[in-house]
Amino acid sequence: MTSLEAAKTIKAKFGELISEPVEFRREISLKIADPQRIAEVSSLDNYGDDPRWTVVYHLRAIVNGIEIRLKTDVNEEKSELPSVIGVWRTANWHEREIYDMMGIRFSGHPDLRRILMWEGYPYHPLRKDFPLAGKPTDLPGVAFTRVTPMAGGPFVTVAGGNDSIAREPRVRIPEEDEVELNARVEARGDNKAMRGQAVGPGPIKKQ
Amino acid sequence: MATVQDIEIGDSAARSAQAAAELQDMQGEKMVLNMGPSHPATHGVLRIVLELDGEVVTKADPDVGYLHRGDEKIAENMTYTQFIPYTDRLDYLAPLANNVAYALAVEKLLGVQDKLPLRCQYIRVMCCELARISAHLLGLGAFAMDTGAVTVFLLTFTEREKIYNLAEAASGARLTTSYTRIGGLMRDIPPTWCAQVQQFCDEFEVSLAESETLLTRNRIWVDRLRDLAVVSKEMAINYGLSGPNLRGSGVDWDLRKNQPYLCYADLEFDVALGSVGDCYDRYLVRMEEMRQSVRILRQCLQKIPGGWANEAHEPVSIPDGKITLPPKQKVLSSMEELIHQFMLVTEGVNCPPGEIYFGHENPKGELGFYIHSRGGGVPYRLKIRAPSFINLSILGELMPGCMISDVPVILGSLDFVMGESDR
Repeated sequence: MTSLEAAKTIKAKFGELISEPVEFRREISLKIADPQRIAEVSSLDNYGDDPRWTVVYHLRAIVNGIEIRLKTDVNEEKSELPSVIGVWRTANWHEREIYDMMGIRFSGHPDLRRILMWEGYPYHPLRKDFPLAGKPTDLPGVAFTRVTPMAGGPFVTVAGGNDSIAREPRVRIPEEDEVELNARVEARGDNKAMRGQAVGPGPIKKQ
Repeated sequence: MATVQDIEIGDSAARSAQAAAELQDMQGEKMVLNMGPSHPATHGVLRIVLELDGEVVTKADPDVGYLHRGDEKIAENMTYTQFIPYTDRLDYLAPLANNVAYALAVEKLLGVQDKLPLRCQYIRVMCCELARISAHLLGLGAFAMDTGAVTVFLLTFTEREKIYNLAEAASGARLTTSYTRIGGLMRDIPPTWCAQVQQFCDEFEVSLAESETLLTRNRIWVDRLRDLAVVSKEMAINYGLSGPNLRGSGVDWDLRKNQPYLCYADLEFDVALGSVGDCYDRYLVRMEEMRQSVRILRQCLQKIPGGWANEAHEPVSIPDGKITLPPKQKVLSSMEELIHQFMLVTEGVNCPPGEIYFGHENPKGELGFYIHSRGGGVPYRLKIRAPSFINLSILGELMPGCMISDVPVILGSLDFVMGESDR
């Protein structure tokens, strides 16, 4: 019995509850009574196995509470699946998240951008070969050392300083932060009179 | 003496065409406004890139991720028990409910959900409902304040303070409660706790009624909320909304009723439903949910096994050394308990291979955990279905066509929390 026949058997058994079987990559999809929705889309990295990725859809029918888990495998070379936005709008952000975290692309997605990490971030952090900070890795150090685009920007305060006014981003000129910080450290080391005094950002007097 | 003046009138059709062309030029000038990530109305670090035509929003692009900590990655690198404190920081307005949701998910993986002692179930339900009240109170206070009604905020925060006190009495911490353990609770509630909860219920009902008189029939409040950001039933389901936002659109779906867990099946409560799906409906649903939560709390106070002081020493954890820590006295005196303790602490609860999804009715919606286990004490993959994240994805659809002054109202009515959304 092929899977399509199996699906047709199910269709014959449940009748109205289930739609005609549709082929969805290697698996057969059966649509369950409306209105229904995706409760959750998740992804797995079967690191070391082939196919490497598994994408997991949790479907739920609101009316009768039927829940089905659909899983599909994708190999690493392809790393691409058709998007299901056409059926469930909520898949939009789910798929963007999976693309961001695992690096699986979804063809037909209208706006496949990173969502939690920033544009231009070079890695997909939920992959099993992406390490936690402090763990040995073959990946270049850029993963942990490069500044995020917001750092030094108009919204970001810097640590330290004696009062909140000095830390206030709007009074600072971001480019001068580092220069000033170095000067301040220098001043702190050389000048005993400055011990215990403010070394936070903000204009410092030339001596 | 008559003077003759020639006036150039020109062809009327040409004039109107010229005017239309100029007008279009002026109309086409759109302004892009960057709202957030540090903005009081975005309840955290949500950033929305708004495209404005005058005062009307024509496009909204929500940008999340500013509070991303990588919780799912962290979970893969520690035992199930070690991850409990991280759940405090998901929806940090209702840490008790997150603890319960996570513990139930792991217990479902272990297959021991129905073995939980009844007293534990009742305490967990009380924790969930207190957390629901606390989260809705903050949502309501901040919502009202963003709309311009500052007084409500003061009222609701007075009540929230009492819930923090209750959380502190039960768990020792006000915010980072970590009250549950896999298979039970950190400890039993103190003997005076139930009396405190009862007192809270009495005072809270008065306070809620006062908030209600300030808002529900307030002309300004109603005018600003009604028919704003209407979410139809189909749209709510299609976008995967959950919790009060889903029920505000009139979809009768509450996991406490539809897939009862803990002892919810034994408790009487009603599910509040909206009819239109606008901001006002979502507000009303939250108000009613708080009243229902008080109703549940009162029933729990009556029914809790072992009574308020638990003089009969009803257990609050599954008495199984392979799941919960054995009593310290036994650890120090018995070999078997010592081994259990050692294994649990060093290797974690030994979960069977398999995968489960557990959805929990959190204050913000369905907090789900998908756990893929390959055996052992560490999850292979732990996916968090964050209700705020999914509830936010509808913003791009809701906001176009609204006035810019409606934006904080819509955000307030969706009631999200970024700690959970960004994980």
